[in-house]
Amino acid sequence: MEIRYDVEVDARGLQCPMPIVNARKTFQTLQSGQTLRVLATDPGSVNDFKGWANMVADAELVAQETAEMDGKTVYVHYVRKK
Amino acid sequence: MNGQVAVMEGAPANDLRALEAQVQQLQAQVDALRTQLPDNRLSMVVFSGDLDRVLAAFVIASGAAASGMEVSMFFTFWGLTALRQKRESRGKTLFQKLMGWMTPVGLRGLGVSKMNFGGVGAKMLRAMMRQQGVPQPEAMAQMARELGVRIVACQMSMDVMGIHKEELVDGVEVGGVATFLGDATRSKTTLFI
Repeated sequence: MEIRYDVEVDARGLQCPMPIVNARKTFQTLQSGQTLRVLATDPGSVNDFKGWANMVADAELVAQETAEMDGKTVYVHYVRKK
Repeated sequence: MNGQVAVMEGAPANDLRALEAQVQQLQAQVDALRTQLPDNRLSMVVFSGDLDRVLAAFVIASGAAASGMEVSMFFTFWGLTALRQKRESRGKTLFQKLMGWMTPVGLRGLGVSKMNFGGVGAKMLRAMMRQQGVPQPEAMAQMARELGVRIVACQMSMDVMGIHKEELVDGVEVGGVATFLGDATRSKTTLFI
């Protein structure tokens, strides 16, 4: 599945709450309609981004997927700014 | 227009007026209720001066702020030790001096709530956090401030314990129970840590 995105945040190796904190910083700079891709190795980030998108009024969780990068499982989150 | 409605509904004019009055009353009630709706806010009392608990408080605060919530943290009693930046004995009673000497100064000096073993436990926890790429408590607190978390120190505990505002880190507000309640009553979530 190939999902288009505009900006990427690399939160690999970071633990809670850093993936959402870093995502937030970049998300605020997005224009409406743009999509943010977040890479995380924290398995908790899967539920965290669901919760985060529920709380942030202008965020829509478009997709979540897992990928193998450099021999590690990476959780990829796509969030679109409404 | 009124006449038309009256014809369509077959309602006499005084019924219509009663209805209008009722609508106005409801409107006023809705407006009053709207002012009581909670903000998208989280309020916390940080009572504990244990490193692990204070850390949890800052993680929750940062996470909430990063999710677009307004966050208020009220530090009281042992929690105040987390906000200290120096030890000052001038102008204090004997008991206050003793308390000042025996309580930690800032996050750096806090112990963990279990298995502290005179501070070894806290050092171990910090090392374990480092190994896992978790930010240190100081960085977590700094991040919370950068995200706009409101930090209030309890005036009454400060007076009792003899902690002066100059001993606390910069950017801390001072307030009483009403400051907490003012924020707590319009919060969706309130925590006591």
